[in-house]
Amino acid sequence: MAITRRPEIADPEGATVKKALTDLGYNEVRTVRFDRAITLDIEEDDASRARDRAVEMCNRLLVNPVLEDYTVEVEA
Amino acid sequence: MTKVAVVLFPGTNCELDTAEALSNLGADARIVWHSESDLAGFDGVVLPGGFAHGDYLRTGAIARFSPVMKAVAAMAGAGRPVLGICNGFQVLCEAGLLPGGFIANRGLSFLCKWVDLEVADQGSMLTAGLRPGTHLRLPLNSYEGNFVAGSTEARVVLTYRDNINGSDRAAAAVANEAGNVVGVMPHPERASADWLGSADGNLLLGSFLQASAA
Repeated sequence: MAITRRPEIADPEGATVKKALTDLGYNEVRTVRFDRAITLDIEEDDASRARDRAVEMCNRLLVNPVLEDYTVEVEA
Repeated sequence: MTKVAVVLFPGTNCELDTAEALSNLGADARIVWHSESDLAGFDGVVLPGGFAHGDYLRTGAIARFSPVMKAVAAMAGAGRPVLGICNGFQVLCEAGLLPGGFIANRGLSFLCKWVDLEVADQGSMLTAGLRPGTHLRLPLNSYEGNFVAGSTEARVVLTYRDNINGSDRAAAAVANEAGNVVGVMPHPERASADWLGSADGNLLLGSFLQASAA
């Protein structure tokens, strides 16, 4: 699961790190965003069912819809 | 005597101060463990500050599923006063009982200092009886105290006079539409006696107790 901050929500960590990179001379950096990745090992043979369960977990617990968006990727 | 519950999650650390401040104002304040699923007999409930469930994942995200939160939601739905202080405010947002959410403070500082607040709306149970524009002085102790309203219509009842952490609309306290559920980021219980530096928190806790008694 890739969990990203919604574009309209401020990212104080990203803004601070961008400033540090600019101070080091990396002037080409336009934005820095701190996203999160959560990896689950799920016991399930059916990939689509695993995805459905993972989406449900995002909606119930792993993601705050006020602040974040997410995508789910399933690997066998 | 007004009987209020002060909820203790694993990681809460302000329950004793909160219960003492409420007791000093004449309440029967009881500390209630988070696995309790029944709050029958309580007139109001406080979620105090701390780091419920370690604040893992996001602040308040896991606390929201503690058994006590169903009873807290039932009290909120019944119009009883529900107050979240600091981490308790974050829990109420995650639980959907208050709008919005929290991110790290602007400037990434953990802020531990006295802040000046202003009453913006006297329509909530926490600010009832306080004229808009009234100034209050309370301690703020938080890292993720930067309130984000998102697309929600947050009812801001207290504001920071200088928006120290970058909160949307300088919000220091937010209420639900009915005004019976309120979250406040600074700590009223730590400003509950002159010898602590300010007794302004008693004005807020007193309003909460008055609403609880009603």
